[in-house]
Amino acid sequence: MPRYAFRLNGQPVSVDSWDPAQPLLYALRGPLALHGPKFGCGLGQCGACTVLVDKTATRSCQLPVSRAAGRDITTLEGLGTPEKPDAVQAAFIAEQAAQCGYCTNGMIMAAKALLARTPKPTVDQIKQALDGNLCRCGTHTRIVRAIQRASLAASERSDSGRQV
Amino acid sequence: MDRTAGRAISRRDLLKAGGAIVVSFAFPLSPGDALAQTTPVAGGRPVDAGEVDGLLAIHADGSVTLYTSKVDVGTGIRIALAQMAAEELGVSPSRVAVVEGDTATCPDQGGTGGSTGLIRGGTEIRAAAATARRALLQMGAAQLNRPVADLTIADGEVRPRAGGAGVAIGSLIGDRRFSLKVDRNAPLTPPSQHAAIGKALLRPDVPAKCTGRHVYVQDFTLPGMLHGRIVRPPSMGAKLMSFDESSVRGIPDVRVVRVEDFLAVVAKDEWAAVRAATALKVSWNEQAALPGHEELDRFSRSAPLERDQEILNRGNAADVARRAPKTLSATYFWPFQSHASLGPSCAVADVRADGTATVWSASQGTHGLRANLSKVFGIPLEKLRVVFLDGSGSYGTNGTDHVAADALLLSKTVGQPVRVQWMRHDEHGWDPKGPQQLLDVRAALDSDGRIVAWETDMWVPNAAPGARALLSAEAAGLQQEHGTGSGAITQNGDPPYAVDNVRVVAHLIKDTPLQLSNLRAPGKIANVFAVEGFTDEIAAAERVDAVAFRLARLSDPRAVEAIRRTADAFKWDTRPSPNPRPRQGNVLVGRGIAYMRYKQMENYVAIAMEVAVNAASGQIQVRRVTCAHDCGLVVNPDGLRNQVEGCIVQTLSRALHEEVKFDRSRVTSVDWTTYPILRFPEAPAVDVILIDRPEEPLVGAGEAATAPVAAALANAVFDAAGVRLRTVPFTPLRVKAALAKV
Repeated sequence: MPRYAFRLNGQPVSVDSWDPAQPLLYALRGPLALHGPKFGCGLGQCGACTVLVDKTATRSCQLPVSRAAGRDITTLEGLGTPEKPDAVQAAFIAEQAAQCGYCTNGMIMAAKALLARTPKPTVDQIKQALDGNLCRCGTHTRIVRAIQRASLAASERSDSGRQV
Repeated sequence: MDRTAGRAISRRDLLKAGGAIVVSFAFPLSPGDALAQTTPVAGGRPVDAGEVDGLLAIHADGSVTLYTSKVDVGTGIRIALAQMAAEELGVSPSRVAVVEGDTATCPDQGGTGGSTGLIRGGTEIRAAAATARRALLQMGAAQLNRPVADLTIADGEVRPRAGGAGVAIGSLIGDRRFSLKVDRNAPLTPPSQHAAIGKALLRPDVPAKCTGRHVYVQDFTLPGMLHGRIVRPPSMGAKLMSFDESSVRGIPDVRVVRVEDFLAVVAKDEWAAVRAATALKVSWNEQAALPGHEELDRFSRSAPLERDQEILNRGNAADVARRAPKTLSATYFWPFQSHASLGPSCAVADVRADGTATVWSASQGTHGLRANLSKVFGIPLEKLRVVFLDGSGSYGTNGTDHVAADALLLSKTVGQPVRVQWMRHDEHGWDPKGPQQLLDVRAALDSDGRIVAWETDMWVPNAAPGARALLSAEAAGLQQEHGTGSGAITQNGDPPYAVDNVRVVAHLIKDTPLQLSNLRAPGKIANVFAVEGFTDEIAAAERVDAVAFRLARLSDPRAVEAIRRTADAFKWDTRPSPNPRPRQGNVLVGRGIAYMRYKQMENYVAIAMEVAVNAASGQIQVRRVTCAHDCGLVVNPDGLRNQVEGCIVQTLSRALHEEVKFDRSRVTSVDWTTYPILRFPEAPAVDVILIDRPEEPLVGAGEAATAPVAAALANAVFDAAGVRLRTVPFTPLRVKAALAKV
């Protein structure tokens, strides 16, 4: 069976797959035993499966595992832990920006990518950046607030001279 | 009848041909036996909601575990239940763990629906904790040699009120049983002394959900587990003619499973199961028996009825209306809607050779699911356990119960643990739907503009008692006595205002084109849309401001306060609708309000919103929403706010976008393109005002704020554009069509 090697949350990993077209999502959730990326639609329509591929928010249900080879993949687990969440995760927790939480993975990963390219987004920029991420519970206002909070926290840290 | 022989899976009936398993007859039904119940006990605790030990355990270290059938489907009741118990037990809520929905350990307090998580679950747990508190005070009194009256319970110990050494509750009871019945009248901590209730404590599951550590049912695995995918028929009631097993050749370790018309694949690898389910060539014999969504309103008015039901008859509405100088009437319609859960439903089942079975499920009612699975699949109740795990938000009854049956049938058939997750098209296509509702409303006014008579006729699906028919059991030809239902859908069909003569009649439609379920604020969502939309029509016809019109017809001070506080915070401009100066650039701007008391006996909710209607595109942008919400006692204000915000934003989605589309055979809205929901750029700012009434009973908050949303939206659109929207969803096409008629 062909083997595909890539970096996952900073560590080199490899997975065997019988089908080069197998979406990365199934490799992450199956042999790599991750729970962050979720199966929502398998159609690239909802964003629940979002991961960062070389820092770009990417639908892992649409990316064949063969095309993940050699790339740098970051999942929700790679950002932080419940005890030591990263800044965006901490902002989501502080704002309680989840209900069922099934979409949360996609929201946080999309927010990471947004803040990396636009550190101080406006509310409209946040909403546009999340246009392809669906939330069914209606947590939108909190998610926007959480991303604003994460942005503010980052700019306060950089203003005080510490590393972002 | 030999009990074991009658119920065991009949392996000789398994016809194994290549990789395919074809079961012609497998699970004889013995409903009486399956339901025979003994008093269950878990770890020495009675699984009984009437017993203190059934609902809670205090451990030697002073920590507490609650056991409840009420489950947290993203609503935040996990922390709220902990707060209610902690309040009476004098412990920090952080010391309280909650075990939810495990039928082996959690007593049946009913399913989680209709906002009963706290109304019933929380209230019963609090009474159990208060009963325990009284017992702990007595134990402490004996230990400390002081009268009970001198003692209090705080910081995990029974201690003298005047100060001095206390004794830890863990050492008083420490994992031993109270052996006490829950006393529903046990004294509760008065609101003035609340330490845990009323605090905006953080939900314990959110950090794990934000870091990918929370185990949803979709994440749960077992050793040796296979992945199943169901090959549902392309249309309702289709019969399986044949399938071509060679079409899945080349996909590793796949087996095709057929039980009558039930068809599925199982594989070691999840992707292999997905691929096989797609690749499998199947021939179905389809039916074309559905009316189609475009005909659904006409179908609803003309379909055969089970019966007419008089919901309310006060005074003599018809006679008074006949004599009145002025009458108005209108017709409102609400379509089928889907739960459209973001994550397709999933379950894991493990049916063992010894006849025991465990199902892991995100069901909102694991006890009910267990009873139904037991009956349908002939597994004795005491041998079947259903364990709740979080799933994607479900808002009623999404595909969870069906997928549990799918997994159970497959595990029982292949003799291994099986995980089934539905695909997106399964969830959109086959989740039980929120019902369609057609309403005719009529009002009669006297010469002073008083509403003297009100009549509502609603055409809604009939309900029959019993569990919903399970799709896989139906396809597999298993007998199941089943009911149909979609909740208490005839409530709130009458106006909450002073009207002497009111008649509400429900015309109960015999058959439903699609399987139904409760869906958030079942029935109330459409009834309040009609009643509050029509109230707005009357106010506009009378040239009276919508807030003033309502306040003039309400006397309940809680109703008045909800409306006043909404209007004040919204900065409501008092004037009749429509807006005399709506144009702002290329959009038309207006505001609307709606009010209701949920079920006419629970929450008071008023919602105002401002919209901008683009007359060229027909698009409605909701700019801001203000909602005053009174649900009595507030347990966790932030959790409550989250629920109210969710009710509002989700219902804007339902009102603006959502309609299950189907043709003569099948549901055709099977993904997020064909069944769109609200997206971020449309999400408005939402201002929630909580009216806390600590002396009043709590009435829950999972649904109520859903009900007035569509009317507030339609009323705002009328104010902006002068057109009245009476059919959901308010698509750009409908808006433009309405504007073209002006």
